Amino acid sequence: MTLRSLSFWFGASIVGFFLVIAVIGPWIAPYGESEAAGDVWLPFSHEFLLGTDSLGRDVLSRLLYGTRTTISIALIATLLSFAIGMTLGFTAAVMGGFVDQIISRAVDVLMSIPMLIFALVVLALLPSSAVILILVMAILDSTRVFRLARALALDIAVMDYVEAARLRGEGLGWVMRREVLPNALPPLISEFGLRFCFIILFLSAVSFLGVGVQPPQADWGGMVRENANAIGFGLVLPLIPAGAIFALTIAVNLLVDWQLSRSGLKRVR
Amino acid sequence: MTAADAKVLRIADLHVEAQDSQGQWHGIVKGVSLELDRGEVLGLIGESGAGKSTIGLAAMGYARGGCRIAGGSIVANGQELAGADRDELRRLRGVRMAYVAQSAAAAFNPAHRIDRQICEVPVSHGLMSAEQALATAKRLYRRLRLPDPEHFGRRFPHQVSGGQLQRAMTAMAMICKPDLIVFDEPTTALDVTTQIEVLAAIREAMRGEGMAALYISHDLAVVAQVADRIMVLRHGKLVEAGPAERILREPAEPYTRELVNVRRAMAPEKPEPATPPQLEARHVTASYGNGIRVLRDVSIELHRGTTLAIVGESGSGKSTLARVLTGLLPWEAGECLLDGRPLAKRLKRRSKSELRRLQMIYQMPDIALNPRQTVREILGRPLEFYFGQRGAEQLRKVEGLLEMVELPRDLVRRLPGELSGGQKQRVCIARALAAEPEIVICDEITSALDPLVADGILKLLLRIQNESGLSYLFITHDLATVKAIADEIVVMYRGEIVQRGAKRQLLSPPWHPYTELLLSSVPEMDVRWLDRLLAAREVSSTAPEPAASLPAPRP
Amino acid sequence: MNGVVRLILHRLALGALTLLAVSLVIFVGTEILPGDVAEAVLGQGATEETVNNLRKLLGLDLPAHIRYLQWLGSLLQGDLGTSLTTGKPVIEMIAPRLENTLFLAGTAALVAVPLAIGLGLVAARFQGSWLDKTISISTLAAISMPEFFVGYILIFVFAVKLRWLPSLAKLSPSMPLGDKLVLIILPCATLTLVVLAHMMRMTRAAVINVMSSPYVEMAELKGATASRIVMWHALPNALAPIITVVVLNLAYLIVGVVVVEVVFVYPGVGQLMVDNVAKRDLPVVQACGLVFAGTYTLLNMIADILSTLANPRLRHPK
Repeated sequence: MTLRSLSFWFGASIVGFFLVIAVIGPWIAPYGESEAAGDVWLPFSHEFLLGTDSLGRDVLSRLLYGTRTTISIALIATLLSFAIGMTLGFTAAVMGGFVDQIISRAVDVLMSIPMLIFALVVLALLPSSAVILILVMAILDSTRVFRLARALALDIAVMDYVEAARLRGEGLGWVMRREVLPNALPPLISEFGLRFCFIILFLSAVSFLGVGVQPPQADWGGMVRENANAIGFGLVLPLIPAGAIFALTIAVNLLVDWQLSRSGLKRVR
Repeated sequence: MTAADAKVLRIADLHVEAQDSQGQWHGIVKGVSLELDRGEVLGLIGESGAGKSTIGLAAMGYARGGCRIAGGSIVANGQELAGADRDELRRLRGVRMAYVAQSAAAAFNPAHRIDRQICEVPVSHGLMSAEQALATAKRLYRRLRLPDPEHFGRRFPHQVSGGQLQRAMTAMAMICKPDLIVFDEPTTALDVTTQIEVLAAIREAMRGEGMAALYISHDLAVVAQVADRIMVLRHGKLVEAGPAERILREPAEPYTRELVNVRRAMAPEKPEPATPPQLEARHVTASYGNGIRVLRDVSIELHRGTTLAIVGESGSGKSTLARVLTGLLPWEAGECLLDGRPLAKRLKRRSKSELRRLQMIYQMPDIALNPRQTVREILGRPLEFYFGQRGAEQLRKVEGLLEMVELPRDLVRRLPGELSGGQKQRVCIARALAAEPEIVICDEITSALDPLVADGILKLLLRIQNESGLSYLFITHDLATVKAIADEIVVMYRGEIVQRGAKRQLLSPPWHPYTELLLSSVPEMDVRWLDRLLAAREVSSTAPEPAASLPAPRP
Repeated sequence: MNGVVRLILHRLALGALTLLAVSLVIFVGTEILPGDVAEAVLGQGATEETVNNLRKLLGLDLPAHIRYLQWLGSLLQGDLGTSLTTGKPVIEMIAPRLENTLFLAGTAALVAVPLAIGLGLVAARFQGSWLDKTISISTLAAISMPEFFVGYILIFVFAVKLRWLPSLAKLSPSMPLGDKLVLIILPCATLTLVVLAHMMRMTRAAVINVMSSPYVEMAELKGATASRIVMWHALPNALAPIITVVVLNLAYLIVGVVVVEVVFVYPGVGQLMVDNVAKRDLPVVQACGLVFAGTYTLLNMIADILSTLANPRLRHPK
């Protein structure tokens, strides 16, 4: 087996595992999401496979619930980010001129503020809810998608086959759907993986800093925050959810690398 | 000096392999042998994929990334290069053998002045002091007829024109007086008129310095001007070798004969058109956004069933004219008419029928076909779009179109990436024909293709014109193509028409000086063509070059 | 040179304009919530009266554009407003912490930049070798790690298990430099690891890109030595992309520093910002946001200017 297919199977099985957990996690969880099931900071045991946390809740159960929360929020945010970014990016590239100028300058300004900083400022004032969180992440992240989609569309728009379609008299929609999109897709698919990783990391950071998913709901970043103190007592507790984040992101990254090398593309970042 | 040393280069049974994306090795040069005497120029000729550049690089003991020298021996001055270690090769390269790349603009380092790059070789190999090297470089600039040789090299590569840069690269190759120079298509990227200057300068310098050379080109006529002997290659193997004159006059192999006889396609003589013009541009002036005029008061007439060729070099505005006619670039003044009716300036304002009647074929078939659509989809779309044909009816029509452009029917399910360059261009032609047009604009459609493939395309276009009475607006820089296909010719220079007329009339004197320059610059299949040309130019214009008598560009 | 000067002036003007736009966005960012800042700050339990008092204090009774201009005006005079929770001028809260943050980020940059460029060059030089692959895989792992994961692993190993280093980095201004340096070893290592991977990958890509250009092949055919090819032919052309990579990642450091400061309870601007986000102390959050965004914009501008200067085509126009 080549290194390439090895990394594919490794990545795919981890991603697959997490997706299954995200779906069935809450049903196989031995305890409730915020149920105080035992004493504080119990070690690993048959009763509590991964021990208990600072409030005596079962860590495994919270991890299972957290998988669903983290992955679903990140996935929805990424999808939304692509919907916004691709629409605006393609529009800007095709319309050009004034429309392109307006959108591109606005994106430049948004991008000149680090995402985390911007999110902290905004989330400091907005009510904490999953919807707001998703919206903020999707809007901020869509700037990156916009840049890529616009650049791709511009590259493709100068191809003679696009000109041939325009000379035939094809409408804008057809040109976008049939000539531009299929050729922009492979790089956009790998970008989707990368953006998803980024959003997972970003969501975890925001939750870790206390403005993301709010307790008692469990999510990976928040679990690290809740159990941060345990590390001082020699417990690996916060490393467990952090490790889950790491495992998922590296698995997605491996898949992205595989997809890129398969379609003969280079990794930009 | 031993007997083995008499040869500058002796390649025996050379095998070079390249790795594909699956990691498999395939032969790209399969058992080629050659010998080169001191001071001799050997021309390597062949189409793309013939392995000629690979052989040229192998002569320097070099294989590109993803390639390897898999077998055979390469002996330069008695020294084996195949399997020689890096340091040994490094000491020889640049000193005993040198390389001139196809694109000097890419092969010069953008970060350093030309002088420093040229003097780098002798100075870093410890052969000359910096002053000596600079003096030698200036001597070579003079020899290669570069302007202002004292200060030429102080500039950066991007500040110098392509033709000058190519000559500078020749100077770089010559500075250590190597035994062998490998010229890898040195004039291919240049305009014809520039090609002559560079070719003449290279040849003169070669003779003056007495070096041996491998001269690689796809253009037999060009190679014949510089080479003593010629080797014809195909698919990594030798087809035929011999003295240049013999190869041109009595080619032994059928393939060589084809190469020699290329460009012999000829449009049949047609009667003077009596009908009103089908496509017409009247006093058209156009410019791009930056305010620079690219077309000035241009008028053309294209008559039904004929071919009008627009000829000019880069910057002449010939492609802009195509963009104006198709509605991609709105003109500023003048008007365009199709069948006597005015065309709208903008594409969007034109009717579907107007769009259908005026089709276009492009220079690069690679980017003219969507890589994600099958041949069926590519050809089916215009049928559906203009005539509402779908399903089985459409498929039959698509197969008919493929037949018309002499492609097998079973190509319908293929993607463009699975086709050869010539096949792709035929699909492009079929796409244009699918619209059942009256006029097809052909923008440099043969210039990216190998000569034989290009010839096939021209013959195809002529056949279709004969059968269907189609009209062509043929845009090209290549006068040989024009001679083959045109009925009427328009010569453009810097956005203006300098001469026009029926083919026979335009191809005989009196000429506008630019037309004359263009016509005389087309290499002919004759080893003494360049000599005669240079001699004639020497006589006709004692001092200034022909270009000097041309109208100066107007702002 | 005239063209370059014009380009740089143009970039400077653009930078100033961006800063202005950033201030506007940060201001508007606090305006988009339903209700107003006063309600948000005080929460639902607040009485009408206290909300109204706060509104007056914040000047919320004035129209938005006037408030922005006032805010911007005092900003330009170095007045960042007054904290809602402590009543102290924000500038006094930020200044000492900014020093700490710059100390930490600066040290991390000093370690990370040479290391990243060095490793990037090595990986590019031995492209495809086991060394390159090892570096590639470990950097892929590193960019997949959240900052806090790296931080807590380092704490767990070096502070808790081995007890070599302190787990928290509670600097105080009176400490001697040596003590401070010991305290920031772990946070600095965390930041370095996080930035290193990105920077190294991009350096490698930039160098490989240049190394595959025709003029490098030409240099090889001219018989140049390997070191001469890298130093004289490749590096001058790789400089512009590498500079961009480095500065881009220094900007990334700014984000990393917020999380790292929280992990190590380091008294920097990031920690201050996060604390005050929790307290909903708007003026402090805005000011911290401005400091970070301003630095980021500044770095981007410097990157552009430096890569303009490193480009021979721009330095020597036709």
